[in-house]
Amino acid sequence: MMNFLLVAPIAVPLATLVLCLLFREEHALVRRISVFGGIVLLAVGLALVGLASSDVVLAGQLGNWPAPYGISAVIDRLSAAMVAITGAVGLATIFYGICRDGDAEVARDFHLFVHGLLCGVCGAFITADVFNLYVWFEVLLIGSFAMLSLGAGRRRLAGTMAYVVLNLVATLLFLLSAGMIYSATGTLNMGELAMIFRSGEVPPGSTMAVVLMLLSFSIKAALFPVFGWLPASYHVAWTPVSALFAGLLTKVGVYALIRMVTLLWPEFGDAHVVLLWVACATMLIGVLGAAAQNEVRRILSFHIVSQVGYMILGLALATPLAIAGAVFYIIHHIIVKANLFFVGGIAARLTGSERLAAMGGLYAKWPLLAILFAIPALSLAGIPPLSGFWAKLVLVRASLEGGFWWAAGVALVTGILTLLSMSKIWNEAFLKAHPDGDDAVRPVAGLRGAWWSVSVLAAMTVAIGLGAGPVMDYAIAAAGQLAEPVGHLGQMGATGGQ
Amino acid sequence: MEIIAALTVGGLAAIGMWMLLDRNLVRVVLGIVIIGNAINLGVLTSGRFFGETAAFVSATHVPSDGANPLPQALVLTAIVIGFGLFVFALSVLKSVRETHGMTTTDFVTVATEEAAPDGRGDDAGERSDASVAKGREGPRA
Repeated sequence: MMNFLLVAPIAVPLATLVLCLLFREEHALVRRISVFGGIVLLAVGLALVGLASSDVVLAGQLGNWPAPYGISAVIDRLSAAMVAITGAVGLATIFYGICRDGDAEVARDFHLFVHGLLCGVCGAFITADVFNLYVWFEVLLIGSFAMLSLGAGRRRLAGTMAYVVLNLVATLLFLLSAGMIYSATGTLNMGELAMIFRSGEVPPGSTMAVVLMLLSFSIKAALFPVFGWLPASYHVAWTPVSALFAGLLTKVGVYALIRMVTLLWPEFGDAHVVLLWVACATMLIGVLGAAAQNEVRRILSFHIVSQVGYMILGLALATPLAIAGAVFYIIHHIIVKANLFFVGGIAARLTGSERLAAMGGLYAKWPLLAILFAIPALSLAGIPPLSGFWAKLVLVRASLEGGFWWAAGVALVTGILTLLSMSKIWNEAFLKAHPDGDDAVRPVAGLRGAWWSVSVLAAMTVAIGLGAGPVMDYAIAAAGQLAEPVGHLGQMGATGGQ
Repeated sequence: MEIIAALTVGGLAAIGMWMLLDRNLVRVVLGIVIIGNAINLGVLTSGRFFGETAAFVSATHVPSDGANPLPQALVLTAIVIGFGLFVFALSVLKSVRETHGMTTTDFVTVATEEAAPDGRGDDAGERSDASVAKGREGPRA
């Protein structure tokens, strides 16, 4: 059972994908299999979180070769939380994608690709081997390529081209750094790498290799100054696709950064100073970029960049509280950001446009949607008692405790600018009258699944905000595990199995 | 042996980077392939590249001059993945050319900066995007 749970995050989406492929001619059946697969993945994630909460670290060797020859997989608290949140957002995305009136083949392909993508994402979360991580990055990358180009309109193809080229370059850098790490240290097992780096006797060349790897993760995570590909491509995709990307994909890069930096450099050092500056620049540049935009999804895309800065701020401060804040921030952010893209998609269909100038009248005609927008938007800006407030509070407190008052200042200023940006969407799309009269806001068919997704994710945001205590306890324990990675270090000398 | 490999990697990476900076997307994609191959060769040299005998190890005999099988396995994986991604990139390139009629990097930037198409339809298919193509707002100069 334990062994099954260890590989279930990969096996479930893969099995769903295969089943969907087998029955690809029957679209209704594909939808049912897809929803079922999403529910099972969420259940697996929750089971893993349940196990991790009782301090069980699942670890094993795929193929039963002893580490470091076999490929290790480790599920600690952070991995378990990431798998669970992937299941939740994946399921919401699938629901959003169900009820639609467009091209049937595109809708079917969406269900095939989404599980391929989830398979790669979950694989990246559970692996404890650098090269295996590269392989999972490629799996999620090819899934994301296919999803981004779904439907293939003018803007979408151009956006896909930019996304493909820049992500391929990032992946090649990762492959190169994996080869250099192996060349310098003789291992690709994360646990053994951690032992080598923590022993203080670092082989020549290995630090440079690791820095190159962190650079490629930074491109994936869209950090300043290598975030250009994100605002160029996320706004052109189909709404559920861009929501899934916005929620999950950059966070895989953030997860990889957190995993590697906490494993290799647990103490505050030179790398953390660089990350601190990068984090502050990312926060500010992202939010300022958003101010110049006037379409819903373009504004939100720049906010992804800005929000990733907060997570890296937590990682850079390197205190247990700050790492816990980063973990909490990821959990909060994935839900909120995906939800904002969903709400933006519904608003665009009700008003007939995604450009702020051509939107309006939603508050008068659809007050429920206005509330469902306000919850994630205020949470993103950090208004109490929603989840974003606690996430920011912890990070600001950790910055002040570390003596980095300027980082705390940047975080607070970014929060205010985020609120300004959100009120811009609020004023333009919701409060002001529709340019063609408020009667131009009319219901459209095929939004039932979308309403479900949006409501459930908003409820989760409120729940995390009101019940922040248990979630924060979990995050603090996760930070403790990241500081003392028994799951990874215990791999060495282990002979397979548990 | 390694010096030859290193020079080859450097040469290939330089050619690939030069092509990556080209305005024509066909060259950009080919440049990625060349850099990918340079990196594959680089990864191959990361462990006992000078090995003279095949990497077979038995319980009694470990050849001292055997090649390291791990980088070979890594590179095989990377080649397969790289080829798949290359084919996808080419097919996107083909679609871009068919849709837009040109494949320069500037044009792609301009196309992604176009205003979002209006319409109440689900934006999954061509339909809503086609409204832009009809000329509500063409590509901006």
